[in-house]
This record gives sequence, structure tokens and C-alpha cells, in this order.
Amino acid sequence: MSQFDISKLPKGSKGFMYDWGSDQRAFKGVPWGKAMMWIFLLSDTFIFSCFLISLMTARASTVVPWPYASEVFGLTVFGTSVPLLLIAIMTFVLITSSGTMAIAVKYGYEKNRKLCGWFLVATALGGLTFVGMQAFEWSKLIFHDGVRPWGNPFGAEQFGAFFFMVTGFHGTHVSIGVIFLFIFARKVFRGDFETGRRGYFTSMKSDYEAIEILGLYWHFVDLVWVFIFAFFYLW
Amino acid sequence: MSDEYTENKLEAKAADSSSGSYAPTAETVPAKESPDQELYHAKSFWTKWVFSQDAKVIGVQYALTATAIGFIGLILSWGMRLQLGFPETFSFLGPATYYQSVTMHGMIMVIYLLTALFLGGFGNYLIPLMVGARDMVFPYVNMVSYWMFLIAVLVLIASFFVPGGPTGAGWTLYPPQAILPGTPGSEMGIVLMLISLSLFVIGFTMGGLNYVITVLQARTRGMTLMRMPLTIWGIFTATVLALLAFPALFVACIMMTLDNLLGTSFFMPEIFSMGEKLEYGGGSPILFQHLFWFFGHPEVYIVALPAFGIVSDLISVHARKNIFGYRMMVWAIVIIGALSFIVWAHHMYVSGMNPWFGFFFATTTLIIAVPTAIKVYNWVLTLWRGNIHLTIPMLFSLGFIVTFVNGGITGLFLGNVIIDVPLSDTYFVVAHFHMVMGIAPLMVVFGAIYHWYPLITGRHLNQTLGKIHFWVTFVGAYAIYFPMHYLGFIGVPRRYFEMYDSPYMTSGVGLNQFITVAALIVGFTQFLFLYNIFTSWYKGEKSERNPWKANSLEWHTPDYPPTHGNFGKELPVVYRWPYDFSVPGSDKEYIPQDVAPSQVPTAKAETT
Repeated sequence: MSQFDISKLPKGSKGFMYDWGSDQRAFKGVPWGKAMMWIFLLSDTFIFSCFLISLMTARASTVVPWPYASEVFGLTVFGTSVPLLLIAIMTFVLITSSGTMAIAVKYGYEKNRKLCGWFLVATALGGLTFVGMQAFEWSKLIFHDGVRPWGNPFGAEQFGAFFFMVTGFHGTHVSIGVIFLFIFARKVFRGDFETGRRGYFTSMKSDYEAIEILGLYWHFVDLVWVFIFAFFYLW
Repeated sequence: MSDEYTENKLEAKAADSSSGSYAPTAETVPAKESPDQELYHAKSFWTKWVFSQDAKVIGVQYALTATAIGFIGLILSWGMRLQLGFPETFSFLGPATYYQSVTMHGMIMVIYLLTALFLGGFGNYLIPLMVGARDMVFPYVNMVSYWMFLIAVLVLIASFFVPGGPTGAGWTLYPPQAILPGTPGSEMGIVLMLISLSLFVIGFTMGGLNYVITVLQARTRGMTLMRMPLTIWGIFTATVLALLAFPALFVACIMMTLDNLLGTSFFMPEIFSMGEKLEYGGGSPILFQHLFWFFGHPEVYIVALPAFGIVSDLISVHARKNIFGYRMMVWAIVIIGALSFIVWAHHMYVSGMNPWFGFFFATTTLIIAVPTAIKVYNWVLTLWRGNIHLTIPMLFSLGFIVTFVNGGITGLFLGNVIIDVPLSDTYFVVAHFHMVMGIAPLMVVFGAIYHWYPLITGRHLNQTLGKIHFWVTFVGAYAIYFPMHYLGFIGVPRRYFEMYDSPYMTSGVGLNQFITVAALIVGFTQFLFLYNIFTSWYKGEKSERNPWKANSLEWHTPDYPPTHGNFGKELPVVYRWPYDFSVPGSDKEYIPQDVAPSQVPTAKAETT
């Protein structure tokens, strides 16, 4: 987007610093909201990293065997037990919703109001399905298998504690995302970005960049899920 | 939020008018890159002064709230000192009260006073003004940030009134003792503390995103990063640290809350209490220490870096000389910030670490002394042959340098494993960190308040009271903390409620009484300062525009004190750094940042 003459930069690391520290904006052509979301996600990454590193230390230091994920998270379908079936479906749904989100962003920038809105709704439904399946998984673990935050029949008691805390924290992120997806789908259908209607709280105008910013958040939540998936279900 | 399409047009214009380069030269400054910020214009009293979205008002709100809770922290320290100086004299001080005072004093001072005051208070007030923005980039989020902070403070205060009182676990809140019976406040106090901290982190994140993005993306024309006042560099880097360090505290708080309320065992090992085996088992208390100090050490620099930045500006302005080694100062701030993330376990030398771990963390800790020492040299060299005006901000700045060097040098002692182990948990540690992150940053806070008070209110603080405030605080701080180093050397452990007839204390009894008297006097002087702030608000001597003859943008707003929108119709254009004092060849004593080179033809051009 930026039409500046890069050839005038000094060479090497000095040029890098020159570029970064240049006039008015460090990230050329990046709107405020987008830059903010990136920095927020960096901060949020630290939160999830702390959770997962804590999980690793608990797992590395436990003297009681850690429960075997494939069995704990298996589902019995028509008499055969399939390991990780539910999780595979959940992951598929969430990753797919990232795809629909990306399409929504594309239609947003094309100012295709209808399709943008519908793909936002599709994304939100994907998120809802994910949260619903997570609720099913939780209830199965709690009521059927007897897993509690303070103990479980399979092994180390930290298993349940970390599982409910980390997936709960991630599920909260997904739920917040779903709420915002519905809010913005409504805004798109109503044409707020075309008419310049002001936000209820901020009393500021907004535009389709907001959809991309929302998309950043949504992709981040999906990416985090990949790590949670790896650490809880595959390890 | 800016519109993509208008932006393209603006940039096309920029490319035409500024010869294709996007770095400002001495005379030309590239055209505007983004359209003017759309501001929220408050109409009523409530939206103007209470639920305000104006960063200046929010900054003052932050500062007043932080000061209010800070004075509670001060009074708590009196309780501790009375007990230590005159044990068995005051019936209202039992062991529980003592530990609760210690804990709440520590937490309040570090987080709710210093962090909130530097970043929320000075950050909000100064960032938009100093980088030439009309406001923070997300005023609404900024407002919510303050109200979250206020709720966090109220929850903290509420913990004084619940059954069992506030937590007495020590400000580090180490489990398992923090949540087990026997520790004061293990019923409700600790939960409220953890909730309050979590709320603080959430509120801070909202504010912090604002500060970072305003500095990175919303500067005025010509304001490159290397033309920003060091104040902004300090606050900016500290905010980045906070955004990356607070998550660890947040996670630790959530996990401990769950341990407490839900019976999980994240931090709780197998443990006996009152002869009975508890339900807990298998958790790691050391994990909490790692999480806490991964936050806790950057926190030291979250408080120190804004102080470094602000004091650089105070020294430069009041010594009428440019800051020595500006680029070096910026790099030192950034390097200190980066290093602060890999030193945390030097708080845990006695927790039982692998010795190689200690070796690593001692090395990184001592490396931090290098950029820090560069900064101290640069402050001294800025003063060297400067035209030093002994104004109150200058006095406090000088006090800061001396105190910081003192506290820094004892830090070298404690950074070494072999010296730290015998000194661990003694009063030497207490003296060290009070010098380096208590008194030193507070000196800057005071200096900064005397410096910027005229900007905020249009009036000066009372100078006589100010001088008394400085001298009593400065001398008193040394009267309090110098003897503590000695107490530490003879082995007096910290956090003990009473030493009884311990042989340690044969030579320490009189010292403790002396420290207590000094602490009471210094504390009283802070109330004098508070009195000064409130009376000068309407009775103080009127300040003329730019009373300190500073160059940075906040003093050159069309309205003085600055009003809503900060800069009137047109945003200023910046042609130089803020340190053009006594420029060779110029007939002006100082050249503000928004003066074009053509207006001062004889002055040597600045090349930063």
C-alpha cells in the first residue's frame, strides 16, 4: 500500500532501524485497530504459553502416571471404540470455520455485504458447534468418567485440573469470538459500514477492516487450539 | 479507525510533495500519512470529567486513584515500623496485622501505586501530548481501562473488611502457605487479592494496547521514533514489558484461585495441616515462583524504565543541556527491557535450583548492569558543565541518580549466587529493593509531578513546601534504608514479626527505633506534599506558559493548560529532537521541537 521509495534507505541493519523508526508510523499502512489486535494477540500468546508450559512441568514432574489420552478421549461408536473421534471432528469444525472467516474477510473487502455477512454467520455457527461439542466432552468426562478438577480415576490429578482450565479458557475465547461474530454479522447485514452508523459504545464509525481484525482474533483462537490439541490429546 | 481509501489518496499526495523519501530531513517533513483522528466530543459534566474519554482526564484519574491507594500503603508501612521499632507497645498490632500490613504495603506500592501511576497516570497524560496526537488511539477502551483499575482497587480495599481480613502471605503470595489456614487472610483475603490482580491485568492490557499503538502508529508529522522524548521511550518500553509479563501473573492468579476455591493442586504438594493430611497433592510450589517472578522481574523494570526516561528529560531541561548519548539511552532502555525477561530466577537462588541455573541467571543479571551503568554515566555527563538550575525537579533528579546508584550497587551483591545466599531474606534485601525500586522511582515521580503540575493545572506547586518535601524525603530515605543494610549484614531476617531477645538484635534495637522515627517523619512529609497538591490547585502561583523553557510538544499547545484535542486546529510538525538547548550558532537558548530550521537559520542542524 505504501508508495515510499525504499531504495533511499541505508543498507543493512541501519536501514531496518531507519525504516522502523521512520516518520509518524512504524508499520506503514497498518490501521490502528489491526496493529492493536496483533499486539493483543502477542500478549494473549504469553497467557496460553504460560498455561501450556505449566502443563508441561506438571506432566514432567508427576510421580503418578499421566492418563493415556487416546483412551480417555475415545468414543465408542456402534460397539467399536474410536480414539480421539470427537476431538478430530471438533478440530475439523474449528479449522473449517477459519476458512469461512477468511472468505468473509475477502467478501468484506470486496464490499459484498450479503456474502460477507453469511460467511460470518457460518463462522459463528462453526464456533458454536465447537463449543457445543466441548460441552458434550466436558459432561462426558465429568458425569460418565468421573474426571474432576481435583482428581480422576485414570491417574495424575493434575490432568483434570489442567484439562478443564486450559480448554475452559480456550472455550471462553471461542465463545467471546462467537458473540462478536454475531454482532458484526448484524452490523454487516444492516450496512453499518456503508452508512457510517456509529458504534453503540464507542460512538465511532467503523468499516470492513473490523472484519479483518475479528478474523485475526478468530485465526489466533484456532491456532491456539492446534497447540492445545497437540499437548492434551496427542502427547 | 482510518479509512483505507482516503489513506491511499493521502499517501499519493505524500509521495508527490516530499520527494519520495519517508524520512524527514532537516527542512522537509513528509506529508500526513493518516487522516486526522476523529474525536469523541463530550457534552455533559459526566462524560467530560467522570466517564471521560480524554486521555488527560483519564491520566489524572489514574494518578489520583493510585495516589489514594498509595497513601493507604504508606500508613500500612507505619504499622510495620511501629511494631519493629517498639515491639509489644501497641496493642493493635498482632502478628496477623503485621503480616497483613507487610503484604498489602508491598502489593499496593509496587502494582497499584507505581505501575498505575507511571503507565496509567503519566502515560495517559504525556504520550498523546508528547508524540503530537490528539488523544490515545482508542479513547473508549482507555476509559474502560481506568474503570477496571478502579474496580481492582476497590476489590483490594474490600479485602480489608472481609472475615479474616486481607491476605498476610507476603507480597509474593507464595503457595502453599498463602491459601492454607494459619496464614492471615487465607479465608477471603487471598481470593480477593487474586481477583483484584486479575482485574488489574485486564484493565492494564486495555490501557497498555493504547499506549503502545499511540506511540507506534499515531505520531505527528516529523516525529520519528528517534525524535521522541526519552520519557516516551521509557513508558513505551515499560508498557511492552507489562503486556508480556502480566500474562504470567494473570495465569498464576487464575491457577491459585482454582487451587483455593476448586481444590485443584496446581501449586499444592502433598501436605499436612494441623496434623491432618489435606486433599492436595502432586502440585509444584516452585512453578508458582517461576510464574510469579517471570512477571515479577520485568515488573521491576516496568517501574524503573519510565523513571529512567522521565529523569532523562528532567535533567536535560533543568540543566539546559542536550541529553548525552540520546541513541545510547534509547538502546539501553530497549536492551534492559529485553534482558529483564531472562533474569527472573535470581529471585529464587534459595528455592533449590540446579546450580547451573543459578550460574546462568547470575550472568544475565550482571549483564543488565552494563546498559544501566551506561544510563547513569549519560545522566552524569548530561549534568557535566550544564547550566544546572536547582529547581525542585532537578533536586529530585539528583536525588534519584544518587539513590539509584546506591541501590544498583547492592543489586550487584545480590545478583551473585554466593553472596546472595547468606544475604537472602535479610534486611539487606529489603534495603536494596526499597532503594532501587522504591525510593529511586518515587524521587522521579515527585520530580515529575513538580515538573508537570503547571502543565496540568496552570499553577506551580508551593516551592517552600517542595523544598522541605525534597530534603526530608531524601535525607529521611537514607536514614531509613542505610541502617537496614547493616541490619542485613548482621543477619536480621526480614518479615519477622518480632526478634524478642535474639542475639542478632543486640546492636539492632536502637537502629530499629531510629528507622521507625525516620519513617514516621518521612511519611508525614508525604502528607505535606498531598496538602501542597490540593491547595496549589486553586491557590498556587500562576504559571506562565512553558515555565521550564522545555522543547517537547506538550508545552507548546495553543491552549495552556492543553484542552480537549490537545493541539487546536492543526497538529504540530516536528523538525528536531526535544533536546535542542544552547545549540551552537543559535541566538535562542532553546529551540522547541516544532520550530522549522528556516526559523533559526544560524543554528547548527540536528541530525538525530
